[in-house]
Amino acid sequence: MTPSRSHKTTPSYTPTQNACKMCTPLGATLVFQGIEGCVPLLHGSQGCSTYMRRYLISHFKEPVDIASSNFTEETAVFGGGANLKLAIENVARQYSPEMIGIATTCLSETIGDDVPLILNSMGNAIDGTALVHVSTPSYTGTHVDGFHGAVAAVVDRFNPAGKKIVYRPKKKKKINLFPGMLSNEDLRHLKDVFADFHVPVTILPDYSERLEGPSWQEYQAIQKGGTPVSAIEKMNVAVHSMELGSVLGLMAEKGTQTAGTILSKRFGIPCTRLPIPIGVKATDRFLDALSQISGRPVPERYKKEKWRLVDAYVDGNKYVSKKRALIYGEEDFVVSMAGFLAEVGIIPVICASGGKSKTFNQALEAILPETLIDQIVIQNDMDFTCMEETAAGMPENLRPQIIIGNSKGYAMARRLKIPLVRVGFPIHDRVGGSRILHIGYKGAQQLFDNIVNTILTARQTESRVGYSYM
Amino acid sequence: MTSISVLKQREKQIYQKGKQPFEMECETKSLAGAVSQRACVFCGSRVVLYPIADALHLIHGPIGCASYTWDIRGALSSGPELHRMSFSTDLSETDIIYGGEKKLKKALLELIDKYSPKAAFIYCTCIVGIIGDDVDAVCRQVEKETDIPVIPVHSEGFKGTKKDGYKAACDALFSLIERNKAPRVTIPDSINILGEFNIGGETWIIKKYYEAMGVKVVSVITGDGRVDEVMQAGNAALNVVQCSGSVTHLAKQMQEEYGIPYIRVSYFGIEDTSDALYRVAVFFDQNPEMLKKTKELIKKEVQAIIPSLETMKKDLEGKKAAIYVGGAFKAFSMIKALRTLGMEVVLAGSQTGTQEDYEVLRQMCNEGTVILDDSNPLELAKYSVEKDADLFIGGVKERPIAYKMGIGFCDHNHERKIPLVGFEGMVNFAKEVHGTVTSPVWDLVPRRQTPTGKEGVI
Repeated sequence: MTPSRSHKTTPSYTPTQNACKMCTPLGATLVFQGIEGCVPLLHGSQGCSTYMRRYLISHFKEPVDIASSNFTEETAVFGGGANLKLAIENVARQYSPEMIGIATTCLSETIGDDVPLILNSMGNAIDGTALVHVSTPSYTGTHVDGFHGAVAAVVDRFNPAGKKIVYRPKKKKKINLFPGMLSNEDLRHLKDVFADFHVPVTILPDYSERLEGPSWQEYQAIQKGGTPVSAIEKMNVAVHSMELGSVLGLMAEKGTQTAGTILSKRFGIPCTRLPIPIGVKATDRFLDALSQISGRPVPERYKKEKWRLVDAYVDGNKYVSKKRALIYGEEDFVVSMAGFLAEVGIIPVICASGGKSKTFNQALEAILPETLIDQIVIQNDMDFTCMEETAAGMPENLRPQIIIGNSKGYAMARRLKIPLVRVGFPIHDRVGGSRILHIGYKGAQQLFDNIVNTILTARQTESRVGYSYM
Repeated sequence: MTSISVLKQREKQIYQKGKQPFEMECETKSLAGAVSQRACVFCGSRVVLYPIADALHLIHGPIGCASYTWDIRGALSSGPELHRMSFSTDLSETDIIYGGEKKLKKALLELIDKYSPKAAFIYCTCIVGIIGDDVDAVCRQVEKETDIPVIPVHSEGFKGTKKDGYKAACDALFSLIERNKAPRVTIPDSINILGEFNIGGETWIIKKYYEAMGVKVVSVITGDGRVDEVMQAGNAALNVVQCSGSVTHLAKQMQEEYGIPYIRVSYFGIEDTSDALYRVAVFFDQNPEMLKKTKELIKKEVQAIIPSLETMKKDLEGKKAAIYVGGAFKAFSMIKALRTLGMEVVLAGSQTGTQEDYEVLRQMCNEGTVILDDSNPLELAKYSVEKDADLFIGGVKERPIAYKMGIGFCDHNHERKIPLVGFEGMVNFAKEVHGTVTSPVWDLVPRRQTPTGKEGVI
């Protein structure tokens, strides 16, 4: 089965139809939710905050408060400085936060509000609460750019150039980890890994507690959890940084300022960049890197998990080998997911993302075997309609048999009559979206079981007989 | 709960019956930084026009506004489903610099060619006004080229509140109706159903009642909406307006221009549904047969649902509810419906209520009830816990507030999938309420644990 390259064309339209991306500020607000005591504030219209709250709440099923500077017509004409100040004051009064994370919107960017200047005039703080700004015009990039931009902005703010390195203990070698946009369960897993290695870590952001906490006895204005500002302030004394995401890594190489580059340039902290650890090979790389950085061996339990996983791959190999998948989502997520699928024998025939980093192809080429690259359609800046048309336009013997991605692909999957395995963000039509584990051997185990069982379910449903054994 | 304080500027938008003189402040812009539950002008327009299923809904702006409103509502269609798609011009930096008109025109022509919609609505988002795109001119050109109505909706997010968005949508709808150049002929015993969005098939339930009464429904604006049908709206004898906040402006326009009178009704709960149907029948009193049929219909329907309501009422008697809605009109019906189930409302609030609305609410509510205008998560949490609510009725954004505090929740917004209107809707509503209020999970939540030392103190 050697597919020709001729079907590698995808339809092209001027409008975006059923976008496979969100706007830039959404990513920034998610990062701010992952900082202890931080309230996100959007400088723009009321609707931006409300829509993003709704979008995030529908995934996390938790309160997600995002304040707004609430533009009026006069604000749009005369500038938003006064509104922004009022909003900051009211957030400070209502929430007593430890930090206010201010992201701009298309509106405030277009009218040319100089937010750094406005914040500067307030001393970049209100009653001791730090005001941190990130520029997120929604007409550039996607939510992923907003996410990484906010992480970099926070690190930049609390670790200014020339900051004195006051504390670098020799025994407690602390590591900075910038995990990218992962699920709550992924973040919890990362914390477990570092704990098992006995390596102290600062993970930024970490919304795993805040956006998945217990029921309360008393209402909490700001949920507990998140990376403490005090820990972010000490990032400059870490011995090493790790940044997850292949595309992010390539972008950093090409000059994009990331949290890792800021710390390495200013304080000489080396930064290791790795793909998101999905699957055996990527997890091997991650754990080996951690072992090397920390000088500690990979804990026994992970070795056990790995060989259990490989054994499960063996048990299920026949059900997935040469099966064809359509995968989509954030570029970094798709790249790592493609790597995982390839190692179990699934061909990711369509790898699509709404992102537009221009390094998506390169990242996929780096993670996939050369023989596979020729068989797949790689598209960034893509929407669900183009994805659907691409899949529908493929000859029967090349068309995807399983779809893997967030819940926004459901309508497409339903029309194509191809089963959907829900992973990533957002999951709006199911419970537990934030509890999906993607990373590590354990995550791969769950993904693998889920994918195999989805294929088996489809086979069973289609079967006239409906066998009760595999 | 003493830890939650209320912002000073918001104090006049909060009223507790019996405790203070009634001077409710409302219909103002949301306070910056207050974390309002409101959306924006665009949202108001989008929700009103959303259910028109054979129209193209193109959102002109960067991607966010389209992403966050894709398939957002439970508005069903009996035919085409173009409304469930999300179309955006997805403006990028170069468009912002050089203007988005060319892209808009190209996008429109491509989409009209591809989907053959009966009309197109172009929603202007925040930056469209700022970068100075002449959307009206583009719409005129495309209308000429494609021969379908291409209507701009001036819904720039910052140009007011959600209510201004309703008005912009009404203007767009009226502009569509005006495109019907055929002479208007008033159809006897006919109505338009206004402000009904067919969430979970509600339009179909209401239409069924009117059919049984012998009333002809000319158009529904906009539930299970079709462009051709909306364009016939000028031929109805009466406009029956539900969800008055969103479409009263259109009803008024049609009264002024076409002389079609309107009445405001609600189809929520036994009392209000019966009242709505009676009032329509009374309006057509030259047809006495209709009133007779209406009485029979209501009698039959009410008898059919009373037994199951009575059964559920036994478990719900004395339970306390908090409600937070978009338009206050909805709250009136809800209070009555909850009373039918033996429940008491301890908190009632709305995003966009008027002075008169709040006065009605005040009169309807018991002593001690908290009334809120344009509230926020902290206030809603504070008062529903202080008032010890067993149930919260609201939308997606209110759900986690209730759940975190171990309070049952019932979705009364447009995302739900279950019809709640009419007599059968009342049973659905009761089941929803009963299901959540009597769930055993509340026995396990921290707030309901027996106080044990310091940890148990609420």
